[in-house]
Amino acid sequence: MQAILEHHWFSNAVVAALLLGSVALSVFVHRNELWRGAARELGRRRPVALGVLAVYVGIGLADSVAWVDGRMQGEDVVSAHQPRSAVERAFGGRPEKTYSRPFAGAELYGTPPRPLAFPGRHPLGTDILGRDTLLLTLRGVRVALLVGGLTSLIAIPLALLFGVSAGYFGRRVDDVVFFVMSTLASIPGILLLIALVMALGQGTLQVCLALAVTSWVSFCRIARGETMKLRELDYVHAARLMGVSEVGIVWRHVLPNLMHLVVITFVLMFSGQVLVEAVLAWLGIGAAGSWGQMIAQAKDELSREPVVYWNVLAAGAGMFVLLLAINSVGDAIRDILDPRTRRERE
Amino acid sequence: MAAAKNDSAGSESVRVRDLVTTFPYGSRRVAVVDQVSFGVAPGEVLALVGESGCGKSMTALSMLRLVPKPGRVEGGSVRLGETEVLELDVPAMRRLRGHQMAMIFQEPMSSLNPVQAVGAQVVEAILLHEDTTVRAARKRTVELFAAVGIPDPRTRIDAYPHQLSGGLKQRVMIAMALALRPTVLLADEPTTALDVTIQAQILRLMRELQRDTGTAILLITHDLGVVNEMADRVAVMYGGKIVEMGNRRAVLGEPSHPYTRGLLAAMPGRARRGEPLHEITGVVPQPAEWQRGCRFASRCPERLPHCTDQPAPRSEPSPAREVFCHARVGAPRDIDPGSSRPVVAAEEGE
Amino acid sequence: MLAYVVRRVAYGLVTVVGVLFLLFLLFFTITAPDDVARKALGEKAQQEQIDQWKRLHGYDRPLLPGPGHVRDNMLVEHFRRMLTFDFGRSDADDTVILDRIKDGAVPSILLTTPLFLVGLCLGILLSLFVAFFRETYIDRTGVFLAVLGMSLSILLYIIGAQFLVGKLLRWFPISGYDPDPAVVWRFLALPVVVGILSSLGGNVRFYRTVFVEEVNRDYVRTARAKGAGDGRVMLRHVLGNAMIPILTNVVMAIPFLFTGSLLLEAFFGIPGLGSMTVDAIDNNDFATLRTMVYIDALLFILGQILTDVSYTVADPRIRLE
Ligand SMILES: Nc1ncnc2c1ncn2[C@@H]1O[C@H](COP(=O)(O)OP(=O)(O)OP(=O)(O)O)[C@@H](O)[C@H]1O
Ligand SMILES: [Mg+2]
Repeated sequence: MQAILEHHWFSNAVVAALLLGSVALSVFVHRNELWRGAARELGRRRPVALGVLAVYVGIGLADSVAWVDGRMQGEDVVSAHQPRSAVERAFGGRPEKTYSRPFAGAELYGTPPRPLAFPGRHPLGTDILGRDTLLLTLRGVRVALLVGGLTSLIAIPLALLFGVSAGYFGRRVDDVVFFVMSTLASIPGILLLIALVMALGQGTLQVCLALAVTSWVSFCRIARGETMKLRELDYVHAARLMGVSEVGIVWRHVLPNLMHLVVITFVLMFSGQVLVEAVLAWLGIGAAGSWGQMIAQAKDELSREPVVYWNVLAAGAGMFVLLLAINSVGDAIRDILDPRTRRERE
Repeated sequence: MAAAKNDSAGSESVRVRDLVTTFPYGSRRVAVVDQVSFGVAPGEVLALVGESGCGKSMTALSMLRLVPKPGRVEGGSVRLGETEVLELDVPAMRRLRGHQMAMIFQEPMSSLNPVQAVGAQVVEAILLHEDTTVRAARKRTVELFAAVGIPDPRTRIDAYPHQLSGGLKQRVMIAMALALRPTVLLADEPTTALDVTIQAQILRLMRELQRDTGTAILLITHDLGVVNEMADRVAVMYGGKIVEMGNRRAVLGEPSHPYTRGLLAAMPGRARRGEPLHEITGVVPQPAEWQRGCRFASRCPERLPHCTDQPAPRSEPSPAREVFCHARVGAPRDIDPGSSRPVVAAEEGE
Repeated sequence: MLAYVVRRVAYGLVTVVGVLFLLFLLFFTITAPDDVARKALGEKAQQEQIDQWKRLHGYDRPLLPGPGHVRDNMLVEHFRRMLTFDFGRSDADDTVILDRIKDGAVPSILLTTPLFLVGLCLGILLSLFVAFFRETYIDRTGVFLAVLGMSLSILLYIIGAQFLVGKLLRWFPISGYDPDPAVVWRFLALPVVVGILSSLGGNVRFYRTVFVEEVNRDYVRTARAKGAGDGRVMLRHVLGNAMIPILTNVVMAIPFLFTGSLLLEAFFGIPGLGSMTVDAIDNNDFATLRTMVYIDALLFILGQILTDVSYTVADPRIRLE
């Protein structure tokens, strides 16, 4: 299982699926008047943030498409037999041996400092193992998108399933779901997360799973409450009297009316996950290759003499810009879609 | 307060002139209260009637300078005795609100603070303006509650809004508004949210209290039955403008403006048996669609060619009676395009 | 009212049982005791060593109740120990967990109480201010700054502050702790400030939404029509009505008062419960970890009960129901 998930063709297939999915989504948005209006409004309000996000997604996708071509990268024999992503290929340079400053011609330490293999070719310097910081930062994009996106993709359907069934069917189902929710909610998030990762073991997928388990509850509660309200609406009653099946009602009348909440939650959840992953990374149980890991190293690097600042700055900036873009898009989306703020504006 | 009653504007408690309040619609600002002028004398009830959305509430809120953002009072004057309300600084405005000019809101259900006992809310109003003790203010509140007909005022004073019925809440609002015997009371549909029997009670109550205090009341309503019962004079509003104003009997008995006529004809009680109810064709235009000319033009049965692009001129068919309508001022050729403004200006110079 | 409290407490107990089951699932079944032992003893440990270690730490019983061991099994033992606060010894260094909790609680509380109280007041005041100027450029700037603050990882706040204050300004020690009351504040000042700053953005944005919703309510207009000033309207009417969401948010933070902030304590070298948890993660000390999770959950459940009861004080609609 793990082997399949980590094979590069799996990730290529996911990229293809994502591209197909987004085409389908944009067709849907284009056809539906409400969503098209919302999308246009979003584009009008947050053009810059959307542009930034598009760049990030582009980098993330480019880093997810990998293949083996038998060609060597520089003199590195191993690279010929390993899948390398499009982003990696853009950085032809073989790693250096250790730290070097941005655009430096020689290593940072040593008397005298040894010259670099690729002098002046590392715009953001290199890390302790001599890897190009810019490359690491760019590769962090994919990890962040994976952590934020995959988690939401697990958590939201889970929350919808439980929240809608609890809200719609009530009684026993509601009791059980409510019990599960209050149990999970009573364990403070970060500790539950740590416990889960410790129990599940480390790895990106495990981190996403654990993040999903800790974050689905809040949306489940919202979905449950909203479904309860929807269930009592007149036209839902009418549909039931006309003999529409329960599943049909949920599918046609309940779920579509929860979609704006799904979109809002997806965006707001996303940034939270990336932030929490950074904390996990610092605790040594994060996802491999994340910005959190790069930042976690900074504790040692900033106390060196001379100070090694470029790794933490690059990772921090990569994360900050992504989160800022997502948060500001999220704010706008909430404004546009949330009926409460919508009412306030009218 | 005494000064308010013998000011330059003669016997009027409050005089509103050319009041303009705008809201942004898209890129432009539309006047939802447009050049509104009227006055109310002490002890008088002026009814402001009109369809939903015509700007009645905004007129009252503008007078208290409580127009919600992004709305804005752009101009005009609201004189309360010697005081120009629109030019007061913030502390003076605060002292005026609730003291000289009070308001009863349209929504009794939500207009009281849900986490404060109703008595405390009236006490707060008193203490904001008078330097008395809490104890004295509470005593006054109990008296006020009794005066507005709240049964068992001594215990009700500690009740929370959700424990009271709509009628009682509205009485609390009235008690609060009358607590400081304001010169002017703006009553925004004080009875619309209540059922008919309670409506009558509340109206009677306001009348009685007014008799004692001599308060000038601006009664906003779209119920002509209420107007009939309460009002001394009537101002009919349409699309942010007053279209007709005058004595109640005159306006209701011989409506002049086509809109007033339509409004009266649409009342069920007035149609003769067996005849279909009249109605004004078309729908109320939204502020975004309002144009320069008469705003009723698109629905008007007596529309003239220039109605849509020239503001309706003022005319006085009889003393103390005003009508704003092109069809009521002789031959249309007599007025040149710019003449409607001077008419308003002439009124300003009164 | 009393019946309500009783019912609420009963439900709290049910939740505690749920938490204990979850912990059992996580720490006894998903992670097998053999793995725990191997992590503690090293990969090359012999089976006898492992068995002995399991015996010592109480992992040697059968997992679930069954014939012959209805009471003597790990499930029952887990419940008994947790419910009687007999947490046993650490999996990593055999220290008594309860003693370490007692030692760690004080620094944690000293750190988080001012952090929490000042942070809350500051957050509320700032967001009242921003909400008062809603739809103006003050509001927009405030929201933008809040979003900016929210987009920075707490790691960056800590690292940045340590670098700035410790390395460049040298006002405070950047790490360490001394229980002596005269000097302890020197060690706590920086983490407190960093903690407040890092949570300010999120707080302001959350409370602003709450306040803006209240500011647009009809009763606020009534208050202004009575002649109440802006300060009075905001502090008395708006804040009073916003108490419910504020209380809810406050309770979320109660367990945090006790366990401290993992990161702040670990980075600033404060020997509280947060540091203890971080050590437990580093050392694969499952016994300590599950105890911390349990205590946190317990406090949270208690806090929730308290909030539900305090709602009734804040809101007469609930109180008099
Ligand atoms: N916040 C706002 N933003 C934009 N337009 C507004 C706002 N509030 C009111 N308006 C507009 O101002 C106009 C006048 O509103 P107002 O509340 O005064 O109507 P009204 O005559 O009191 O109606 P009703 O009988 O329904 O109370 C309406 O057409 C409304 O669309
Ligand atoms: Mg109104």
